[in-house]
Formats: sequence, C-alpha cells, structure tokens
Amino acid sequence: VTHCSVWPWYRQITSLTSETEHGHGSVITGIPIVTFKWHHVETPYLVALWILVAGLGKLVIEANHHVTSVIPESALLICFGFILGGIIWGADKVQTFKLTPTVFFFYLLPQIILDAGYSMPNKLFFSNMGAILIYAVIGTCWNAASLGLSLWGCHKGGAMGDLDLGLLQYLLFGSLMAAVDPVAVIAVFEQVHVNEVLFIMVFGESLLNDGVTVVLFNVFDAFVSLGGDKIDAVEIIKGIISFFVVAFGGSLVGFVFGLLISLLTRCTKNIQIIEPGFVFVLGYLAYLTAEMLSLSAILSIVFCGMCCQKYINSNMDERSVTTVRYVMKVLANGSETIIFVFLGISAIDKEIWVWNTGFILLTLLFVLVYRFIGVFFLTWILNKFRLVPVELIDQVIMSYGGLRGAVAYGLAVMLDENKIKEKNLMVSTTLIVVYFTVILQGITMKPLVNWLKVKRAAVGELTLIEKVQDKVFDHMLVAIEDISGQIGHNYMRDKWNNFEEKWMTCILMKPSARKNRDYVFKVFHKLNLKDAMRYVTEGERRGSLEFVRNETAFIDFKKKFDDDFSEVMPDIMADTSDDYNPVPSVSLEMHEQTMNGMRPLEDVNSHHLLQQHLYKGRKQHRHRYSRSHFDVNKDENEVQEIFQRTMRTRLESFKSGKMGVAPLKHITKHLKKDQQQKVRASEFILLDNLHYNNNIRASASSFPMRVTYRAGAGIENPAFMPDLDPMAQVQIPPWLAEAEVDSSMVAPSQRAQLRLPWTPSNLRRLAPLRISAHSTDSFMLADAPAAQQRDNDQLPPPPPPPAPPHGDHM
Amino acid sequence: MGSSNSSVNNIPNAQELMQETGFSAAHILRLHERFEFLDKHKCGQLRPQDFGAVQELALNPIGDSIISAFFSPGQETVDFASFVRILAHFRPTDRNQSRDGAQQEPANSSIRKLKFAFQMYDQDRDGKISRAELLQVLRAMLGIQVTEEQLQSIAERAIQEADLDRDDAISFDEFRKSLEKVDIDHKMSIRFLR
Repeated sequence: VTHCSVWPWYRQITSLTSETEHGHGSVITGIPIVTFKWHHVETPYLVALWILVAGLGKLVIEANHHVTSVIPESALLICFGFILGGIIWGADKVQTFKLTPTVFFFYLLPQIILDAGYSMPNKLFFSNMGAILIYAVIGTCWNAASLGLSLWGCHKGGAMGDLDLGLLQYLLFGSLMAAVDPVAVIAVFEQVHVNEVLFIMVFGESLLNDGVTVVLFNVFDAFVSLGGDKIDAVEIIKGIISFFVVAFGGSLVGFVFGLLISLLTRCTKNIQIIEPGFVFVLGYLAYLTAEMLSLSAILSIVFCGMCCQKYINSNMDERSVTTVRYVMKVLANGSETIIFVFLGISAIDKEIWVWNTGFILLTLLFVLVYRFIGVFFLTWILNKFRLVPVELIDQVIMSYGGLRGAVAYGLAVMLDENKIKEKNLMVSTTLIVVYFTVILQGITMKPLVNWLKVKRAAVGELTLIEKVQDKVFDHMLVAIEDISGQIGHNYMRDKWNNFEEKWMTCILMKPSARKNRDYVFKVFHKLNLKDAMRYVTEGERRGSLEFVRNETAFIDFKKKFDDDFSEVMPDIMADTSDDYNPVPSVSLEMHEQTMNGMRPLEDVNSHHLLQQHLYKGRKQHRHRYSRSHFDVNKDENEVQEIFQRTMRTRLESFKSGKMGVAPLKHITKHLKKDQQQKVRASEFILLDNLHYNNNIRASASSFPMRVTYRAGAGIENPAFMPDLDPMAQVQIPPWLAEAEVDSSMVAPSQRAQLRLPWTPSNLRRLAPLRISAHSTDSFMLADAPAAQQRDNDQLPPPPPPPAPPHGDHM
Repeated sequence: MGSSNSSVNNIPNAQELMQETGFSAAHILRLHERFEFLDKHKCGQLRPQDFGAVQELALNPIGDSIISAFFSPGQETVDFASFVRILAHFRPTDRNQSRDGAQQEPANSSIRKLKFAFQMYDQDRDGKISRAELLQVLRAMLGIQVTEEQLQSIAERAIQEADLDRDDAISFDEFRKSLEKVDIDHKMSIRFLR
C-alpha cells in the first residue's frame, strides 16, 4: 500500500483547498473554519481504509455459508481483489495499490506465523518431526531442482520460444516456486477436516520449508549475480553450510526470544493489563532480529511461539491468556484477508503481465506433477520407519494440498530486474500458479477428499453393534497403545521431559503455577488409600476437586494440570458431519431413513442417538489449529466428562478395595424385600458415594454412575456426605429396580446395611478409617449415642458374613 | 536401549513367550522395559493401580475395562507373561501363516481378537453378553446427555439386531456374526515398536 496516489477527485479538492488556504499571495483572506487536509492524513487513512475494505469484503463473503463451503474463502477473497483492482484501475488507469514485498514481509506475514507457532500442538509436531523435516527439506529441494531443471530442459528444447534465461535463473525461479505456503494451506485445509497427523505434516512442512526457501533463494540469487563461471565447489559448499546456519540460527533466535517472553511473563504480576503486549512485541522482534541477521525469520517466529506457549499460558493471568489468543487470531485472520485481497488486486496491472504460453503451462504442469512424485516417493521411504504408515489417501491429499501462495509472489517481486531480465514473466507465472493452486485446487479439494473417502468407505447398513464396536475398537487400540508405551515412551523425549521439568519449568514458570500442575494426578496415583483420602479432602477444600462432588462443575483442566495431559486433551474442532471415518455414519443415517421408511421411528432414533453421543476418542480426526475459530466447542466437554467419570469410579474403587465389600447376591434380595422402606432406600445412596445432592435426581441419567462390574462398594465416607439428609425421599435408581441385576451391582457394605448414613454434624472425623472388612470402627461407637433417635428404623437382620473381598479391579 | 539377545535371556521364559506369542526378541525386550516402568514397586507383578501411571487411560471411556481385561477373573496381579499374552492379541495377523491343526490358535488370530473384544462386554465370563453388560458398555461410551430410557432403547435395539436365537443375550457366535463385515485384523492391530 505504498504506491499511494490520490484519486482524481481528491486531487481536485485538495488543489482547491490549498488555493484557498495558501493563496497566491501570502495573506490569508479569512480564518478557515474547516479545511480539508488530505495530505496530512493520507497514509494512515489509506491503510485504515484498506483494512476496512478487506474486512467488509470478508463480511460479504461470509454472509452465505453455502458459498463458502464450496469455494474456500481465500479464493473468494482473491476474486474480490480482482473486482476491486478492476475498479481502481478503471479509475486511475494505473494500479496504484499492490502488494509490495516490504509490506507483506514486515507487516502482514509475521502475525500469521506467530499465531501458527503459538497455537501449534507441540507434542504432535515433535512426534512427527522427522517426517515433517523430510518433507520440508528434501521435498522442497526436490521441488526446486526438478522444476528448475525441467524448465531449463524445455527451454533448450525450444518449447518456450526465445527467453533470456540461463540455468541459474531457472533454478532461482524453481526455488521461489518450490515453497508450499502456510497461509494458503491453512486457508484451504480449514474446509477439509483431515486427520491431525496429516494436518500437522502439511502445516509443519509449510512452516519449516521457509528455512530452505530462504537459503535456496539467496544462494541462487548470489550465484546469478556472480555469474555462472565463478561457481565452483567452494561456493556450493558455502551454500550448503549457509542452509544449516540459516535454519538452525533462525530457530535458535526464536528459541531465545521464547525464553525471554517466558521469563518476562513470570514477573509481570503487577502489570497484568499490558502483559499480552509483551508477547506480540517480543515475537515481532524475534522475526526482525532473524531478518536482520539474514537468518530464517519465519523459523524464528515459529519457534518463538512454540517455545513460549506453555509457560506464558501458565504464568499469565487467565484473562491475559484469553486476550493473547483472541488478538492473535484477529491479527492473523485480518492479515490473511488483506493478503488475499491484495493478491487479487495486484493482478489487475497491465505492466507486469508477460504471457508466454509454454513457460506458464509447463510451470503449472511441473509444479503439480513433481509435487506428487516428491510426496509419494518420500512417503514410501518414510513408511518404512513410521509406526503408523501414511495412507494412500493422505498422500494424495498432501500432494494436492501443496499450495503456493503469497510468499512465492513476494519473493518473485523482490527479484532484481537488472539481473533477471524476465522478471515480469516470472511474476506473471507466479501469480498464475498462485491463482491456480489457491482457487482451483482449493475448490476441488473438498470434493476430491469426499470422493476418495466414499470410495473407501464400506457401503451398507451397519448394525448398532457394529457402530458401537467400531468405536470400542478405536478406544481399545488407543488404550493398548498407551499401555504398551508405543507413543509416549521415547528415550529422547523422556530425557527432554526430565530436563525440561527440572530446569526450564523452574526458571520459566511461576512457582504458583508450577505447584498446581499435577496435583490431582498425584492424588490418583497414590496407592495408599489413606493418602488418597486425605488428598482428596484437602483437594476438595481447596476446590480443585470440585468435580468429584458436583458433576456440573467445570474445571479448566488445561490450566490446572500437567501440560502433558493438556496435550492429550484435544481441541476438538471437527463437526460431526464431516468425519473422516470408515464408518460413515452421517451418510448412512440418511440412507437408512430414506430406505427404511417403514422402520419404526424409534429404531432410527437409536442409531441417531448413537451417532450423536458416542465418545469420539483420540483416533477421531480433529483440527488442532484453526485460524478462524476459537476452540470453544461443545465436544471439549467430552474429554472432561470421561475424565470425571473415570476419576470418580477409581476413587470409589480405592475405597471399596480397601474397605471391604459385601457380596453381590445379597443386594437382589434386599431390593425385592425392602423397596418400600425409605430407610432402606437410603442405602442406595451408598452406591453413589460421591454423589451428594439431597435429592437423588429422579432420572438417574443425570448422574450416570457407572455401575460397574466391580464387586466392591464403599463404606460411606463421612467426608463426602456432609449435606445428606437421610430422611430425604430418595428414589431407587432404575438400574437397581430391575430384577435382573447380576454383576452390575454395587453392594452396600456391611456397616451400611446396619446403620444409616449420618447427618452432617457427626461427620467431621476422617481419621479412623480402618482397613477392614468388618467395619466395626469408631464410627459405630460414635454413632451409638444417637442410635436412640432411630426408633422407627427397621433394620434388617444382618446379612451372612461377607465372602472375602473380590479382586481389586480398578 | 540395547536389544541384544543376551539381555532377552534375562527375562524368564522369554523364548517360550516368543514362540507362543510371535513377538520378536526386540519386542519382548521392549515390552519388558515397559513392564518394569509400570511396575513401580519392582515386585514383578502389576496391580490395577500400576496402570494408573498411564495417565491417558483416564481419558479413555473404556480405559478401566481394558485394564481389568489384563487380570484374569479372581486374580489381583498380572505377571509379565500374562501382560505379553494380552498384548499379543493386538499384533497384526500374520498372513500366509501356515500351521498344522495341532498347534494352538495363535494369540493374534481373528478369532482370538474377537474373543478379547467379546470379553470387554462379557465381564462375568459366562459366554453371553446380557442386557445389563451391554448397557454398561453403552453407558461408558456415550455422553451424559443420553438418558437412561434412551440407553435402554439403544440396548434393546442392539440386542434385537444381533440376537438370533432370541435368548435376549448375545452369544459369542452372534457377536461374531454381527461383525463379520468388519476387518478385525485392521481394527484391532497395532504395530509394535522395535
């Protein structure tokens, strides 16, 4: 936005006012009440105006969801840019606004990359690091070399007519064309919900290949200046060395700045209101510093974001963290919009267009073909070493998703036309390739993916059992992977985790944040029952275990718990309508409904229910990163739910395992006999040792206590029942009311069968929880005085002595 | 992280296990390392609480079911051999495996895998998935918004679809039949790290 010349009518007005203002003499004829000072505000005004226009364009585009689901937003923005460019050109006869490299590289790109780095799922990234590096480095080099050489070959073969380009220049062109663009990739992949591994590989590759691109571009640029004859082995070796320096140097700079940010946020307690500012400023400085040292600026800012995310999220106040995230998204989204609009505008410029059919078409062809070849070949090699091979479909998507974007254009415009005579041709070609990939490939990406998915998917009706079992398998595999340590157990990673915990967290994280981290997990890993109870009550007091009592309490696990853990907790972004899933539930559902109109409505409901509510599990495909959405999504609760449930039942089993149980069979008898007695009914409270509302809700579904195969039941723990009113009318949970209950019962303990749960006042004693099957403990003694109150209790005859405690299944 | 054969010999019954389960020496070694990692008390046996060290299991709806599958009914601990045997179920099926009829069905055959899956449901090992057992699994797999009545109707429907002999329970054969279109080998295998 630097070629600012004013529009014609502005010109007239300013000339008018300047005449009135300054006149031809030096005397003002009168005091001007209002003056029009365009030049005064010209630059900032235009900048602001453009931002506004871009935003309005986005508004218009997003108005209709149907359009955006077919054509990716980036393509629409480019078209919008075409229109705008046409208007401006029509008015001015010259393209006054275009996307200049300075503006692009300094003001528009950094925030996008910072957002990418900050929101990057680190664990996923690093576990696929090998693959990403191979694609980024070797893939990009291959793209560059193959493109350059092929074009040169074609040139020699005469396909392109008369062009003043040598081999080196072709290679230079190849290197700027080779880079897959992060901006474009995200924009398109948001539409297509792909699995997270595929996503991280393409995304990671697009970020890391900047290191290669910068080196290649600079090296070939230097070669072109030197001239072909001066290139010898020394220069080539220097080139290779410079690659390592640029890449690692850039990452190091980013890393250092990331540490700086973390350290800084550790001390900003008193200026919380401007905490977020530091993140952005230092991030930008990381970018500029790397640029200054001619290292890879993109790598720098990516690593800065990745390095600091964990610490600043813990150190900063919640509101600051939210602010940082929101502002990042606003900036990134805004920049992306402006970039695409200007990419469109820049096209409408007569001066840059040079058309050479052979060059352009061949470039397009080679870019596509070599991408496919490169990806397939590299994947073939990689799959030999990968635990989970990259599937064919993923490879196709990865190849097809190798979009070029504004980075290539920016580099092309930066070419020196004195050294490279055919600069305009290159710029034109770059633009054409960018449009082709972003618009055409963007539009056809989704249909392609769907077509491929459908080909793979099993056709036919699935029974409920199959659907459930499909999910069971997924969960099972994830569990077995975790148990056998397939994913987590890695020598280097363990070493890094240890180092990190010992040193980095101590230095970079606030002490209070550190303490909160794996508090609850320590609790549940305690094997000693007593300790567990003590921790739990303490935790309850502090409020961090609120969920144990109150299932609607929402704890921000991410903030409180081990970051390891929060990595496992996904940002679930996929909508259910678009599952990349061998069980194509949604389409099947429609199929079912149309085909089986005769089926009773209830059956369809069952399938629908299943479809809606089955937990997705970790294998399900989700977006971890999105530029246009924040990660507030109802599916996040899924993991919370599972976690809460599991922890509740485990806690219960701790108690049951140690405190003794009564055998299962008895409960059935009790049930049948004693259902009327409300006294008896209160025993069922014991089944929900952890559920402490006064009214056990009528629909037990609201507390889905997992009535498990465990044979144990807890003795009631006084710590957990302070507000229990034993006289409250309780309903028998339906699962107990059923006659056939075999292994799904949790029996009240012996003690509980004899005595009622207590009123609040007496329950403060925790200590004397003796570990014995016969709970003749101090509670009994303590309860004795109050026993007289319970005259109207009809206590059943004591059950026969319990069998030895059943196995301690968790 | 050496995987020399000599250290495999330190593991009792290693050769036997390798034969029985089809794991290679490197696999056994690795699994042994993992076993020892989980066995914090160094007593050679794992208890259910030890599996708690695997934090991600808390996030798995059927995590606890899987843990209990490692323990045979009545047993409170699992030793290394049993640990490996259970994990052997998840080895990819060996194609072109020729064996004479006398040999025992390998752990990772489709039938054995299915049996394992069946046992997820059939906790009391009576050979049938009763309605209550099915309800349990469904309960674990579905979100809390699903009410009890809805659960019941789903279980009802599931049994209806699968139960061929109308005994209101799903036997192993019925289970197998209802899953015959599923590629068990693919859905129930993981590649073990060397």
